[in-house]
Amino acid sequence: MTHESRSAALDRADVRVRHDEGIAGMVRGFIDRIRSGDLGMLPVAVGLILIATVFTSLNPVFVAPNNLVNLLFDAAAVGCISLGIVCVLLLGEIDLSVGSMSGLASALVGVLWVNMGTPLPLAVLGALATGAIVGFIYGVFLNRFGMPSFVSTLAGLLALLGFQLYILGPTGSINLPYSSPLVRFGQILVMPDWLSYLLAIVPGVVMVLLGLRTIRMRAAANLSNPGLSVLLLKAGLLTAALLIAVFYLNQGRGIPYMFGLFVVLVVVMNYALTRTKWGRSMFAVGGNTEAARRAGINVNAIRLYAFMICSTLAALGGVLSAARLASASQQAGTGDVNLNAIAAAVIGGTSLFGGRGSAWSALLGILVIQSISNGLTLLNLSSSLRYMITGAVLAVAVIVDSLARQSRASHGRA
Amino acid sequence: MTAPSAVISPPGEPILRLRGISKQFGAVSALADIDLDIYAGEVVALVGDNGAGKSTLVKTLAGVHQPTSGTIEFMGQEVTLDTPAKALELGIATVFQDLALCENLDVVANLFLGHELSPWSLDEVAMEVRAWTLLNELSARIPSVRQPIASLSGGQRQTVAIARSLLLDPKVIMLDEPTAALGVAQTAEVLNLIERLRERGHGVILISHNMEDVRAVADRIVVLRLGRNNGIFTTENSNEELVAAITGATENAVSRRYARKSEELRPQP
Repeated sequence: MTHESRSAALDRADVRVRHDEGIAGMVRGFIDRIRSGDLGMLPVAVGLILIATVFTSLNPVFVAPNNLVNLLFDAAAVGCISLGIVCVLLLGEIDLSVGSMSGLASALVGVLWVNMGTPLPLAVLGALATGAIVGFIYGVFLNRFGMPSFVSTLAGLLALLGFQLYILGPTGSINLPYSSPLVRFGQILVMPDWLSYLLAIVPGVVMVLLGLRTIRMRAAANLSNPGLSVLLLKAGLLTAALLIAVFYLNQGRGIPYMFGLFVVLVVVMNYALTRTKWGRSMFAVGGNTEAARRAGINVNAIRLYAFMICSTLAALGGVLSAARLASASQQAGTGDVNLNAIAAAVIGGTSLFGGRGSAWSALLGILVIQSISNGLTLLNLSSSLRYMITGAVLAVAVIVDSLARQSRASHGRA
Repeated sequence: MTAPSAVISPPGEPILRLRGISKQFGAVSALADIDLDIYAGEVVALVGDNGAGKSTLVKTLAGVHQPTSGTIEFMGQEVTLDTPAKALELGIATVFQDLALCENLDVVANLFLGHELSPWSLDEVAMEVRAWTLLNELSARIPSVRQPIASLSGGQRQTVAIARSLLLDPKVIMLDEPTAALGVAQTAEVLNLIERLRERGHGVILISHNMEDVRAVADRIVVLRLGRNNGIFTTENSNEELVAAITGATENAVSRRYARKSEELRPQP
């Protein structure tokens, strides 16, 4: 397999590989991936269309722009928690205490800021730092004592909930002032039209610029590249979809800043997971811990980071949900918050078995979960029914994940 | 093969010098008082029966296990190999028997695992080019370096694992059963590769059950038995002597089988 000719690209010398080039090749590759169980975003796309159709037929208000804006407000808080869950799931671990952590964080903000008069930024920082410390403790439990994260975070679930009830005291609920920046951020503030349109165009432009740079660098290194047509098609479709979504939402109140913050976090996390050594190490530890250790990766540090990021993001989610509800109460973070956050990550395509997933799965998954929750609320269903339906959706998501995993194994994909 | 005749220890300082290495797993003594010298530009074969302690010794040198007692000197300096990263950093690379690859990552990611180029903004293009260069040097038959390891065959995985060990241009390379899963052609390629490594001045530790492979490339053959040194041989020693050292008796399963076979053959014309 020496280079007989310089005309063949370095990675195109082997005759056994089918080379999918151009748009037709992209479509063929996509169908191949789906058939072998590499489902990617397909379940989410199908799920969202299904949900939208069903709920709109039952209650047309579901697709009204302002309802969708509300949906985005609600999605941001649990979405942040879900983004942290993606981190621990990538390692094949779990954090069952994110709901309690978010509740504790909202209680901390209430107590520190409203009751004790600490400046708001310091109170929020305190809540986030508490999250980081809790994650650190889970990491140490796993690294030092080999305590399965399932057990340590289950213990944490109770302990954190207890701490939340303790600091809230007998009154049990603290109202946050409506005129404060935090509550305005969580309930009212939306982007002006020009900003939302600008932000809708940015991803496509960045995609084209980065894609052109990659094509140039790969060509210079004598490697093949997928081609300009595919790049432009993808960027065009993405920009069109975003512009339509922004236009539609701007018919209502517009895009919440809070949702914007969540998307920024997802983008940052996506970069960290796919383009940095740290992210590569996360996937390696999740895929084969022993191989990662022998490759010189500090497995304990990676675990520590993952748990700290997860708990910190859970705390941030708690602060955001306190802002959304304008209160810190005993109910914050209880009920279905835990399961919604985990379900969102799994529905979005992050495997429970470790080593597979992406930051986008938090964003896509939470849209599905929040749509279901929002739609059921519009139908005036009691929370008993909502719990049952959400539970069923989670079960279906995990079954799809397991089946896809088996299919990937038999098709020789990771 | 050009086996250096009667040269047991090449002149000069050894790269790696082990003195009195012992390793205990609870009551079990996996290694006891092992001495071993590795010089630049030589291939040392480490042979022994199952449970002789070969893999334990490799893992000790790779920083996976810590010895219970004994000293390891690397380039004349006494070192403590307490993590795999430390061993890699010094220049001791290992290809493990179980290969230690991440099935969910592609070939490029596995080759550069732990040593990615530009950690804060991975240089995928440079890594892919270097991956192809390395694999082509080994005449590897890998169709695409952007496939996850899960889709590769055993031999292809072995090649990826060997290529990875060469990435950091190590002083000593340990190969634990490198040809066990390989076909005829790939085995020859790996043996060629081992000779190329010797020519480039690397010290190579080869662990193998295959006497043919060992005799083909090894300069010295170190026999381990039940966790102890049981003699140092060269390719000039006969197979029987080697087998006797490995099994610990001149009367053993291999010699009995050999005797039976030659007896079965004798009556036939």
